[in-house]
Amino acid sequence: MSMGDRQSCLSCETPPDRRRFVNWFLGTSFGALIASVLYPIFRYVSPPRIPEPSTAQVEAGDTSDPQFQQKGFKIVRFGAEAVIVVRAGENDFRALSATCTHLDCVVGYQKDRNRLWCNCHGGAYDLTGRNIGGPPPRPLTPYKVNLVAKSGGASTIVVSKA
Amino acid sequence: MRRKLTAWLDDRIGWSTLTAFLSHKTVPMHRYNVFYYLGGMTLFFFLVQVSTGVLLMLYYRPSAEEAFESIEFLMTAVPFGWLVRSIHAWSANLMVFFAALHMLSVYFMKSYRPPRELTWVTGVVLLFLILGFGFSGYLLPWNQLSFFATAVGTDIAGVVPVVGTWTLRFLRGGDRITGGTLSRFYGWHVAILPAITTVILVIHLLLVQVKGMSVPAVAEAEAGRRPPMKFFPHFALRDLSGWIFALGVLAALAALLPWELGEKADPFAPAYANIRPEWYYVFMFQTLKLVPGGEILGVEYEAIPILLFSLAGLCLLLVPFLDRRAARDGRSPAWTIAGLIALAFVVVMTCWGYATLIPLYIVFLTALLLSIFAFITRGPRTAGHR
Repeated sequence: MSMGDRQSCLSCETPPDRRRFVNWFLGTSFGALIASVLYPIFRYVSPPRIPEPSTAQVEAGDTSDPQFQQKGFKIVRFGAEAVIVVRAGENDFRALSATCTHLDCVVGYQKDRNRLWCNCHGGAYDLTGRNIGGPPPRPLTPYKVNLVAKSGGASTIVVSKA
Repeated sequence: MRRKLTAWLDDRIGWSTLTAFLSHKTVPMHRYNVFYYLGGMTLFFFLVQVSTGVLLMLYYRPSAEEAFESIEFLMTAVPFGWLVRSIHAWSANLMVFFAALHMLSVYFMKSYRPPRELTWVTGVVLLFLILGFGFSGYLLPWNQLSFFATAVGTDIAGVVPVVGTWTLRFLRGGDRITGGTLSRFYGWHVAILPAITTVILVIHLLLVQVKGMSVPAVAEAEAGRRPPMKFFPHFALRDLSGWIFALGVLAALAALLPWELGEKADPFAPAYANIRPEWYYVFMFQTLKLVPGGEILGVEYEAIPILLFSLAGLCLLLVPFLDRRAARDGRSPAWTIAGLIALAFVVVMTCWGYATLIPLYIVFLTALLLSIFAFITRGPRTAGHR
């Protein structure tokens, strides 16, 4: 580029290649700077996945627990999960995930209608966990129940992954 | 002395420019100008929220172990603690109410017409931020109601295809609602949302000052005939009397109907009967209740109303750019009808959700109170406050 060209370009409308390159270069480095600030922030606000200790089985108390006599059910902790244990009959206990498949509320048991019921949006399940009414899209996850006999007639309810 | 102080301030901050601006600012007078007070009223409740919120922070402890107990202590042992918390809770509800009313009046008067599109957009963003404040503040007492409201609210975000899972984990600070969610919501409620709101609010108020009040097309002739009212002191004094009245209402509500605390959150207890979110979310809650379980093309049915509500929110935000007719000739009956249908839907669903007609009565009562206030503040018909 001669001296004359450069002078004439001071007034020309499109910037010369070199200036365009510098503009592009600075512009993208500014973008990179913003990205390098935003990326760690984005990662920081996304919570890390912490593996939960896996639970194989929990004891849900005795079959003679007065809660079963009064309300017909009990909610126990299975790791971080809530599991509902329902007394369906004499020595017939069922265990299901207590978290409603609709929007995450905790379900209860309606003794008079013999069904699991979510008070949040009116979801209904039967005692096998099947969604039988209201908005829930899926059945409740079933758990396995074993009764371990104890001295004195009552048994211990042991809930484990089905 | 006063002149000296004025001169001193003038040299440093351009005091006279500000007072000159205030003395020239006027408000158009017509039969709908009662609606001009609604934004100011929302601002008043926002200021009440900031002051009572700061006071609550002195005693509140944001952890799952202590949050509920700290509020119990505040309500029972701290002098006037019950009053501060009740005012905060009532004022929050009234702020949502007035923000919604303000939005409705602006919508139906088509005040979003050019050149006020950005005033509308910032206003709708502020309304969403207010709802965000409501949602994040709701969890802080860590009681049963707040726990399940947050479980459902965040799960709703999780239902959205593609971004749902990330959003759910982002909101909860993990997969479940724990003490971690509480501190996260606390951060949003007292730091992040207030910071964003302050910036947007300043822009919104500046735009209102720069562009002045919009006159609806139906009242243009009247506003042209009647002399405008001086903002300072006449309009500002009317604003102030409204604020004093609102403060009285707030104090009465807080004293007569103190906000309950309920039972401490227990992730391992069933949700109790008749559990319901705050009134301004009830229409969505009721809609979700009506949608049956099922799947279509891999999308769960419950995601459909959620996507539709999101779309409606987006439409609301972009109304000034979608409603070209109002921009052209000041009227757009189709958008008015759409707004009325949406309003009717919200009112009907809210009534249904509560299984009572009280929400409808509140709509009528609001209309009555606005008419009374319009009558009181109507101003002279001819020669005016110049």
